[in-house]
Amino acid sequence: MAVIGGGPAGIAAAAVAAGLGRSVVLLDASPRPGGQIWRHRDRGTLPVGARDWLGRLEASDATVLSGANVVDVAPGFRLGADVQGRAVTVAAGAVVLATGAQELFLPFPGWTLPGVVGVGGAQALLKAGMDVRGKRVAIAGTGPLLLPVAAALARAGADLRMVAEQAPPREVRRFAASLWRTPARLVQAALYRSAFATVRYRWGTWVKRVSERDGALLVTWTTGRSTWAEPADLLCTAAGLVPCTELARLLGCELSGEAVVVDHEQQTSVPGLYAAGEPTGNTGMEAALIEGAIAGFAAAGQGAGARALWPSRARHRDFSRRASEAFRLRPELRARAEPDTIVCRCEDVTLASIAPGWSVREAKLATRAGMGSCQGRVCGPALRHLLGTSADTVRVPVVPTPLGVLAGLTAQRDDSRGAS
Amino acid sequence: MAAMVSIRVNGVEMSVAADVSVAAALLNAGHTMFRRSVTGAARGPVCGMGTCFECRVTIDGEPGRRSCLEPVREGMRVTIDA
Repeated sequence: MAVIGGGPAGIAAAAVAAGLGRSVVLLDASPRPGGQIWRHRDRGTLPVGARDWLGRLEASDATVLSGANVVDVAPGFRLGADVQGRAVTVAAGAVVLATGAQELFLPFPGWTLPGVVGVGGAQALLKAGMDVRGKRVAIAGTGPLLLPVAAALARAGADLRMVAEQAPPREVRRFAASLWRTPARLVQAALYRSAFATVRYRWGTWVKRVSERDGALLVTWTTGRSTWAEPADLLCTAAGLVPCTELARLLGCELSGEAVVVDHEQQTSVPGLYAAGEPTGNTGMEAALIEGAIAGFAAAGQGAGARALWPSRARHRDFSRRASEAFRLRPELRARAEPDTIVCRCEDVTLASIAPGWSVREAKLATRAGMGSCQGRVCGPALRHLLGTSADTVRVPVVPTPLGVLAGLTAQRDDSRGAS
Repeated sequence: MAAMVSIRVNGVEMSVAADVSVAAALLNAGHTMFRRSVTGAARGPVCGMGTCFECRVTIDGEPGRRSCLEPVREGMRVTIDA
């Protein structure tokens, strides 16, 4: 069994299945397991639950391949990976996709300036050692992720100036009121807020544009009614998360909107292929752990273990649904880009050069949008939101891969054909 | 004090914490621009997790490395655009 992705969902799937005696290999792109939420340099800084799961994974017989980018998956399943510059082929009877989510970046004037980073992006850079002491930092985004990121930046010594939630105040209030059903989350939110208690936390506020002034950023904020500008050294901004589904789409899984469709056992429309966590649209670390464990049980043929976790999964799905309704994107966020605003950062394609009725394929052929290094990972979701452009087909390799690795993978495939 | 390693950025030697990413080391040294876009615009890290490819730099002669995914190593040579 192969598990792709080393965040909570992948760790749970691998640890559970290995604990049931399955031979498991976990492939993860990061230097060590943890994913985005449990990204760490010193494990001692992680919460107890995270350390427990990482310990369970280590104590299991699962093989962990870090620095592993899966570049190809063929039905059956045969995975081709670039593991720190080496070609590695894995044959697996079952695959769990625990590929997580990425941030949704919607273009606005100035979004390509250095110093404008993602919200989760800032969190990731902070965990990787970025020093924010004394830096003027502003956050503009949406959803439950804003609070832990604001708290982490404040604790790291940032001069945090503003935390802006795009959702209207009535929606945020209604969501907050619904948290009585999950008291632990309410306590958690209050603890995060206490870490930046003196900083403005505005609802119904978003960034209109950013420019450069005096070697720093000048952020133009708006509530729709009033608009004002403030300086910052670092602006952390995103429009929420989108599931990473390249491998799922490559294998032809059925999708609903942006999310991979799964059954009660987390199995996708492709037999033997499971998905857990963010790719299924069930957001958050707790949901990822439960879905990962269910996938681990199911892929190991232990349906009873999986069934015991269904009620818990249902509660997290309910939370997920309420969050996505409350933090729905306001239409103004999609209307910020101007004709000369870059929409494809890799190829510097402007909004004006893409005709609204085009398919992604037409946009690619005419402008090279989506043909750069990120292969449409940033502009693809952005164009879907701005112009309603449909997602393109996925082609291998799904991440840019050195030719030596591709040649190695091809040789390994040919060897296996020759041997069979 | 955390352990330190020595890296070179565009030929300039600097001592950085041993447990940080190349992206973090560059930002902490005051580099906000890592590369020039195809039209020459300044770009730096965005997603921090290997998705956006905006933080790519040349590491030990190999171009296109995502600095947010690379831990620093003693003696590493990093080249960023000017």
